[in-house]
Amino acid sequence: MKSATVSQLLPWLLPLGLLAVWQSLSSAGILSARILPSPVAVLGAGIHLTQTGELPLHLFESFRRASTGLLIGGSLGFLLGLVNGVSWIADKLFDSSVQMVRNIPHLAMIPLVILWFGIGEQAKLFLITIGVFFPIYINTVHGVRSIDSRLIEMGQSYGLGRFGLFWNVILPGALPSILVGLRYALGIMWLTLIVAETIACDNGIGYMTMNARDFMQTDVVLLGICLYALLGKTADMITRLLERWLLRWNPAYNTT
Amino acid sequence: MPQAIIDQTIRDIRRTPLVQVSRVSKEFGKERVLREIDLEVDQHELLAVVGRSGCGKSTLLRLLAGIETASEGQVLVAGRALKGPNRVARLMFQSSALLPWKTVLGNVALAAPHRKYRSTVAMEALSQVGLAERAKSWPSILSGGQQQRVALARALASQAPLLLLDEPLGALDALTRLKMQGLIETIWNKRRFSIVLVTHDVEEAVALADRVLVMERGQLVLEREILLPRPRTRTSAEFVKLKEEILLRVIQS
Repeated sequence: MKSATVSQLLPWLLPLGLLAVWQSLSSAGILSARILPSPVAVLGAGIHLTQTGELPLHLFESFRRASTGLLIGGSLGFLLGLVNGVSWIADKLFDSSVQMVRNIPHLAMIPLVILWFGIGEQAKLFLITIGVFFPIYINTVHGVRSIDSRLIEMGQSYGLGRFGLFWNVILPGALPSILVGLRYALGIMWLTLIVAETIACDNGIGYMTMNARDFMQTDVVLLGICLYALLGKTADMITRLLERWLLRWNPAYNTT
Repeated sequence: MPQAIIDQTIRDIRRTPLVQVSRVSKEFGKERVLREIDLEVDQHELLAVVGRSGCGKSTLLRLLAGIETASEGQVLVAGRALKGPNRVARLMFQSSALLPWKTVLGNVALAAPHRKYRSTVAMEALSQVGLAERAKSWPSILSGGQQQRVALARALASQAPLLLLDEPLGALDALTRLKMQGLIETIWNKRRFSIVLVTHDVEEAVALADRVLVMERGQLVLEREILLPRPRTRTSAEFVKLKEEILLRVIQS
């Protein structure tokens, strides 16, 4: 009975089940609305905020920050990863330093970041960028290094120039590893976003949540948390779809 | 065998070396892998190199392909010294080295000399090895023999005058090996490029080659011309005699 619909619905069984339990406990009055509002209340808050136009605004701002940081940090990580993966001398020069910086927890650097960048958008963007940079960098280097050298030899033997070799052998060969790095980077991106939006922000989901906390609007707080969970899940799902499309030649990724 | 004599004469007339290896030695650190090798590969010739594992035959092939450079001596291609990858030759390994992320057709088309007619050339090469209907498949679902056939098609699509085969049939089962040997010979007969075949299978060498060279510890120790008519009967007295002689020499080392 392993049909496609069953395998798609099963992952939702647990969350929806928990949701049902939660709602029934709240309705029965066992869970106080002040401690933990019911799912219906959270949904209600969501609808209300959408009507006032606040929720779409926050969502947009958060999305903007996240995607800009991902684009910059990801591109830099990818490019440096390629260079260090391919060139022995570049690797010897740069990798050690990158590893040293990597081990500094970037969230712990927030006070420094505020000193350098102030409390404006640059600070938040900077945090997200370095958060995203390292997983993508490492996985790109690893991806390039783990390409079968015979494939490169074969490419050279068949007259592929540097660009041809890069486009036909190196990039596709490193892609599985890079995509893993991307999934990891997305997780870090959400984490950084949540924290970054608590630094003197006036929009974004993090701000919305912090603000609601100050006003004891627990339902909005919960809404914020749920949104983070949903958005994180969506981003991961999109990456998995990307994986399945880009890596469809690999029998390990074919879910059929 | 008058036909054999005629063939020999034609070969003599046509004897313009495609590749010349001149007093070539190769060292990896302290280890001398090749010692003063002199060798010629003619146009339209099928040359086999046999020897034990580690005798240096693969290194010799890589030198001909230009992916290794000689420590001493030089490799000449059409009279000119070889620097860098040999554009005139294509290498085929024991593993097919197909790009897993390209379709069969995509892999073969990579080798085609002109971008515009890539697909046509590739399809033609695939038909020659009998895999035209697999053009859109991913390499990972093909059997070992099929993958090697695609690798052969790729080498054909490049339309290179010299094919360097490094134990290409080593990983295949006996039956597939026989079929592939027949396929290689048929295509070689039709297209008449040169082949240097490195193999540990002496019978394969005697069945396919015009000349068989035996290598031992980096040196060429025996050379035999095979003047038997094609396609060769592996059970004929001449065949068996040659095979035994070469095999004996290989075992001796």
